Amino acid sequence: MSQFILHKENTRGHANHGWLNAHHSFSFANYYNPERMHFGVLRVLNDDLIDGGMGFGTHPHDNMEIITIPLAGAIAHKDSMGNSATITAGEIQVMSAGTGVSHSEYNALADEQLNLLQIWLFPNKKNVTPRYDQQTLDVEAMHNNFQQILSPSADDAGVWIQQDAWFSLGKFDEGFETEYKIKKAGNGVYAFVISGEVTIDGQTLSKRDGLGIWDTDSISFKANTADAEVLLMDVPMELN
Amino acid sequence: MQTTILYIGRDTEITIVMNRLLNARPEWKGICVCTDEEAVSICEEQKIDLVLLGNGIDQNCEEVLRAKLLSIKPNLKIIQHYGGGSGLLYGEIMGALG
Repeated sequence: MSQFILHKENTRGHANHGWLNAHHSFSFANYYNPERMHFGVLRVLNDDLIDGGMGFGTHPHDNMEIITIPLAGAIAHKDSMGNSATITAGEIQVMSAGTGVSHSEYNALADEQLNLLQIWLFPNKKNVTPRYDQQTLDVEAMHNNFQQILSPSADDAGVWIQQDAWFSLGKFDEGFETEYKIKKAGNGVYAFVISGEVTIDGQTLSKRDGLGIWDTDSISFKANTADAEVLLMDVPMELN
Repeated sequence: MQTTILYIGRDTEITIVMNRLLNARPEWKGICVCTDEEAVSICEEQKIDLVLLGNGIDQNCEEVLRAKLLSIKPNLKIIQHYGGGSGLLYGEIMGALG
C-alpha cells in the first residue's frame, strides 16, 4: 500500500530578504519545522526569486549533492574548482560538494528577476572529490514525457550525482495521462509542480505544491491544465 | 543558557565559516577545530553539549574519534554536519538538542 505526504504551496517556509524571496519546501536556514526535515535523501528544495544583479557571495559547501535548475533568467556561477559559467533557464547545474568547495551565485542579469530551484540531496558517499557539471535540457523531449535530467550514472541521460537518484522533468498538454515507474526498489518520488494543475495518484496538485509518494513501484499522472510542468525526484527513502 | 558546540572539519576555510556562523547566535558558543587531537583536548577541558562532524573525516578516523569523545563524555551528542555552511546548520542543531 503506497504512502504519501502532501506539501501545499502555502505551507512552505518563507523568507523575504528584499533581494531574495525564498520559499523552502523543507527546513532551511532559519526556517525550522521538525515535520519538514527531508523526504528520503532529498533534504532541500528551495524556490528562490533573486533580484537583478544580486546573489550569494562566495561561500563553502561540503558533502552534499547540489542541483540548480533556473526556471527564469540566468545564474552567474564561479567556484574554487576554476569553473566560471552562466546557467540559463533550460539548463541544469550540478555540484558534488564532497570534501569542500566554495562558490558564488548571482543573478547574471541586471534588470531581470532570476527564479531558480535549488535542490540538495544527501550523498551516498562522503568526502568525494568535488565535481561540477552543467547541461542543456532537451526541451522538445519533455513534451508529454517525463524526460530524465539526472541519474547516478555518467553514461545515462542528464547530469549525474553521487546518489541513487533520478530526476525527470516534463511539460504536458491538458488531459495527458501517463504512468511513472520508480527506478529503484526502495526509492520514493517527490513530485513538485512548477506550473499548472495535475493529479498524481488521486491527489490534485497546483503550482508549487509538492507530493511525496513511497512504498510503491509506480505513480499515475494526469495533466489537468495546458501549462502543466512537473519535476519528479526519484530518491532513496533510507538515509545512508 | 549558552549551548557549546564543538565542530570538527578538515577544511580550514569551512572551519572558519563554521566558527563565524556558530558564534553569530548569542545562544550558541562555537569551538571549531581541524584536528581530532584538538577536539579531544577541548572535550576533556570544557563543557560540550553537541559535536558536529564536518568534512574530510574518513570512516576510520570518525569511529576512533567518536569512541574517544564518548569515553570522555558518555552522554555527548555527536552528529554529522552536512552542507558546510548555514543552510542546514540551524535545523541540525535544533533537531539534535530537541
